[in-house]
Amino acid sequence: MEFEFIVEGGNFIKAGTASSQLKKILKQLNVDPKVVKRVVVALYEAEVNIVAHAYSGVVQITISTESINIRLVDEGPGIPDINLAMQTGYSTASSEVREMGFGAGMGLPNMKNNSDVLNITSEVGKGTIVEMSFFLNQ
Amino acid sequence: MMTIKELSEKLNLKLSGGAEGLTNEITGGYTSDLLSDVIGHAEQGNVWITLQTHKNVMAIASLKELACVIIVNDLEPSEDMISQSNEENIPVFVTSESTFEITGKIYNLINK
Repeated sequence: MEFEFIVEGGNFIKAGTASSQLKKILKQLNVDPKVVKRVVVALYEAEVNIVAHAYSGVVQITISTESINIRLVDEGPGIPDINLAMQTGYSTASSEVREMGFGAGMGLPNMKNNSDVLNITSEVGKGTIVEMSFFLNQ
Repeated sequence: MMTIKELSEKLNLKLSGGAEGLTNEITGGYTSDLLSDVIGHAEQGNVWITLQTHKNVMAIASLKELACVIIVNDLEPSEDMISQSNEENIPVFVTSESTFEITGKIYNLINK
């Protein structure tokens, strides 16, 4: 099963659309609620990262009997130092974004803690690709 | 276990939206204004105490299946936050009390 969602950079009103839709789909598929929680938390954070930092992005979701795989591809500034970005508390978010309560440097750690596999590749000035996998039979 | 309705009556909370969720039960609470902190640490059925008043609060409350949101210091929730609270049936309340006061009261009520 495959699904695709578009994420608009800067549009906080729509942030979370993909995670909310995916939550409904996974519940209908009777996926273990514990896995559903991990998936939607990680996807929400990844969506917010595109909204807060990139210009636009696409979320591609593939669901099989073994796993849920999510790939987020954005056009944006990219991440110069991924290891630094992974550190809890590190953020480059704008002050407007921080005032909303985002940009505390907890998003990427939340994604790492809630996914079974997390891969990030990025090219400065071009964009970032985030790949997350969640295994269903553990 | 206490319902949201019972809690709101005991604390004189003003309901802004999500009235259909009032019969939900409360498992505990989480107090934070950092959204990713709530995403990482709040549990299903928790009361979320915050000063954030925008729509994304409801997206998180829904994803985490929180019981309700309580906004402190008489701050007003935005219109789109209220409409999403009605759609999701997750009540949003406003209190004149500070984060410290309301959190302490709820802690005592829940842990009786």
